Amino acid sequence: MNETILHDTIISTDDLCVYYGDKLAVKNINMEIQRNAVTAFIGPSGCGKSTFLRCINRMNDLIPGCRVTGKIEIDGLDINQKQIRMEGLRQMIGMVFQRPNPFFKSIFENIAYAPRFHGTKKKADLEVIVEQSLRKAALWDEVKDRLHESALALSGGQQQRLCIARAIAMEPSILLLDEPASALDPISTAKIEDLILELKEEYTIVIVTHNMHQAARISDETAFFLMGELIEKDITSNIFTAPGNKKTEEYISGRFG
Amino acid sequence: MKDRLATVLLTLIAVIIIAILFGLLGFILKNGAAKLNWHFLTSPPDLLNPGGGIGPQLFNSFYLLFLTMAIALPIGLGAGIYMAEYAPDNKFTQFIRLSIEVLSSLPSIVVGLFGLLVFVNLTGWGYSIIAGAFALTVFNLPLLVRITEDAIRSVPRDQKEASYALGVTKWKTITTVILPAAIPGIITGAILASGRVFGEAAALLFTAGMSSPDLVYSNFDLNSPTSPLNVFRPAESLAVHIWKVNTEGLVPDARAVADGSAAVLVIAVLIFNIGARWFGRWLYRRMTSASAS
Repeated sequence: MNETILHDTIISTDDLCVYYGDKLAVKNINMEIQRNAVTAFIGPSGCGKSTFLRCINRMNDLIPGCRVTGKIEIDGLDINQKQIRMEGLRQMIGMVFQRPNPFFKSIFENIAYAPRFHGTKKKADLEVIVEQSLRKAALWDEVKDRLHESALALSGGQQQRLCIARAIAMEPSILLLDEPASALDPISTAKIEDLILELKEEYTIVIVTHNMHQAARISDETAFFLMGELIEKDITSNIFTAPGNKKTEEYISGRFG
Repeated sequence: MKDRLATVLLTLIAVIIIAILFGLLGFILKNGAAKLNWHFLTSPPDLLNPGGGIGPQLFNSFYLLFLTMAIALPIGLGAGIYMAEYAPDNKFTQFIRLSIEVLSSLPSIVVGLFGLLVFVNLTGWGYSIIAGAFALTVFNLPLLVRITEDAIRSVPRDQKEASYALGVTKWKTITTVILPAAIPGIITGAILASGRVFGEAAALLFTAGMSSPDLVYSNFDLNSPTSPLNVFRPAESLAVHIWKVNTEGLVPDARAVADGSAAVLVIAVLIFNIGARWFGRWLYRRMTSASAS
């Protein structure tokens, strides 16, 4: 199954470097990420995996003093060009953060927010989008009777699925998940993992995770980062059974990190 | 031993502060209590005979407050948004910050004299509510800028990130995500600032003036000097009235009028303060908890 999906590149980078001030945080990354697959980034804290993830939708632009060099292409388009419209780029790439961050609004408004901004104004259309997004995020049955109540009343796991639904509502083609389950309990984590496996039918998913078992369970490919460098990237089963690099083996066998 | 001594000393200081506050409140309310009746609150002052009220002054105070906020809030809000979201971290921003601090530490009598020069004489408006409202705007603006900036900065960063990650522009993020989350803080702060405006006298002496025409409350002609809503008429506020009655009052019951006015003023300021806290908490709960719809 892996063999068939691994030859359709959607994101590719060429000597991508990220600097915070003078400090080089991510060094010369050359990577290809496959369409409609789940790619996991693993590595110890501070290894640059989240920083690299945030290059894909240019969230690093928000950090003062952060500079990105090299090339990153999505479907052949260089997204670091000046004339790239950020609204369009980020509509194509949904992102879910480590801590659930629903808006201080109702469940309905949380999901309708982005589609409304991107041009869907009719209430009936928005209602359809909200229902579809919540269904895809496996949250509809739990919240359908209280769509107009505050999203902050939901549990942490529900809030995180709401954030996934909120991202899906823009109809992106890529989903970036930055340690989406690290703040959740095991049951909520399992639900998120099931959801990721379902969503990869439609979306390209890139997930940063601290949890190696999680990477092994849900990803098709795994990339191992260390000290800002990409050590290796391969089909997940290879990484966990026969890693090509000694450092990878040491990390996944728990000798450091 | 030293530790116990410090604890006792610090507790004592706290108790003294509370005692001063309650002593003052009790004294003012006790002295003014005799005057707290409907007649006193609604009838106009009498220059010669005892029994005058503070009706126009009370109205003027609220009208001044309303006009001041109508002018100051939009400016304060805009400046606060700029300082929190747009101002780059450079010398110019530091200069703005310094200017705001200096403005907030200006004595209010100086603001009043500045108001006399600019809003009374230069504009040709004379002693008027509008001149008073502008002077109070100058006096109040630094506080409102800081309130707005603080309220916006205290909105969690992840709210902003979530909106940007959805491809939403900066301005739209500010108006649809950040401001709604900051509103409870802004409103609480604005009400507290209102208490300050309501009790201000020095900045008004030479701007809104020390007299009030006999108001005809049914007169809605904005050009008529007796219309309460005319912004170009002089308007003595309650705080100014206390000062005037105490210094140059001719009526035999001047002392009682001053005491009564002081009690009304203090009660109003208390209501603003307590109301601000209560309203802020209520608004915050409403905007964050399950009952919001």
